[in-house]
Formats: sequence, C-alpha cells, structure tokens
Amino acid sequence: MADTMKELETKKEKRPMEPEWTRDRRVYIPPVDIVETQDTIELSADMSGVDETSVTITLEGDVLMITGSVEPATYEGYRLVYNEYDIGDYRRSFNLSDTIDHDSIEATVKNGVLRLRLPKAEPVKPKKITVKSG
Amino acid sequence: MLRPIVRGLGWPPDMWRDMGRMQREMNRLFPGITLPSSGGYPALNVWSSGDDVIVTAELPGITPEKLDIAVEGDMLSISGSRALPELKEGEAYHRQERSHGRFKRLVQLPFRADTGKIAATYERGVLCISIPRIEEDKPKKIEIRGE
Repeated sequence: MADTMKELETKKEKRPMEPEWTRDRRVYIPPVDIVETQDTIELSADMSGVDETSVTITLEGDVLMITGSVEPATYEGYRLVYNEYDIGDYRRSFNLSDTIDHDSIEATVKNGVLRLRLPKAEPVKPKKITVKSG
Repeated sequence: MLRPIVRGLGWPPDMWRDMGRMQREMNRLFPGITLPSSGGYPALNVWSSGDDVIVTAELPGITPEKLDIAVEGDMLSISGSRALPELKEGEAYHRQERSHGRFKRLVQLPFRADTGKIAATYERGVLCISIPRIEEDKPKKIEIRGE
C-alpha cells in the first residue's frame, strides 16, 4: 500500500513542464463565469482587447484551449505616464468531459467578452424512465 | 495584473498594497496626474503628449450607454456598473470569477480640460478617452524679435 502511494507521488512530480510560448509577452488567465443550463454549459471570459480575429479556440481531445492575442496600445506622439494595467495575451484551458457535444460548440466575441456555448451531448440529457406496473 | 477577481470589485489585498506603492512612485515620476481613488476598478493607463492626455481602461462587457464619463475643470470621473447575469430556473454556476457591481474612478488631470473636445471610444472592451488641454492654458511660445 505504501509503495503505491509513493509511485503516485513520483508521477505527479514528473508531470511534463508546460510548453513555453514563442512570443515573449505577458500571458493572462482570463476570469470566467461558467453556467450550466439544462442543455448547455455556457462560458464567458473577460478578454479585453480581443475581437473575432484575435481569439482562437481549439479543441484537442478533451482539452478546450482559449487563446487571445492583444497588440500593445500605442498612440502617436503620446507616451505612457501612468500605468495600472499591462497588456498581454490570454490563455486558459479546460478539460471537457464526454458530456459535451464537441462538434457543435459555438463562440462569439463582443466588447472584449468571449462567450462559448457548449451543448451537452444527447445521451447525458436527463431521461425520464417510466416505471411500468407489473 | 488582470487576475481573476472573485466576487465584487477591487483587487486582492496584496494588489492594493502594490498599487499604492506604484502610485507613490508614479506620483514622483509624473507629479501632474493624481488619482484620488487609486487602486480601484477599472485599472487605468494614462498617456501624455505634453499638452493632451489619453486615459484608457479595460472594461470588458459594459454597455457603453450606461457608462458615465464626466470632466469638470481638471477632474475626470468614470463611473458605471456591470450587472451580475441573472440565472434562470434550473441554471447553476460552476464558476463565478468575473467581477460585477458599480465602479467609479476619479482622475485629477494636470490641466483644465477643453470639455468640448473630449472624445471617447469603446472598442473590444477597452475604453479610450482623449482629453485635450484647454487652448488658453497651453504654454505660449514667445518669439524673440531681432533688431
């Protein structure tokens, strides 16, 4: 029993390092709201500065990855004199269970908010089982 | 710096401290601009061309019509709110990290603003307010005439 525990811990330590980005830029984790409705899981992510051309959603296996790239702001003839926030890319990934219909995910971006609609796969929708009398 | 903010507005406590330190440093570097309510929401960046300033803020998911931008003399105020989405019957949160609520920031500008020429845009969740200095306050160049 003790040996099994040790093995489990060792595997955790050997977890591969996360690959680095080629672009040397700050990467932020966007805050998200995730709401489960009867038929869908709905995800909203705050990603200021992205639009439909700069956000990428990939689904590889069960991993849903959201990335957004934002170009640093520059204003001709102006220099930054007071700085409370920095600009960078966004990146976050989620494990999707089999309960999501991977083929019909919908995404929209408006006012710097990404919204994903993840429909639940048919078999997991609650089914009412009628009990027949014997 | 834009970390997920869980419930309500404002930075985690350690962010407040960092912000205060940054504020003091910035005040030393650029004494013209002071933010009386520093460290609030939204975070602001200020750009200067010498005469005019541009104030930017990341405000994702705001209805622009509900944003109130006002300039009085040398004081800029930005206020508004972001509503918590209402859940219908049978819906439930798995995660609720996005901030919501009312916010207000005040920025003291290094000059009196030309209120008629202030322009604001809201694109991709980024608010950008361009504030020109009032013309009569701009430093005047004195020509030296030859004999």
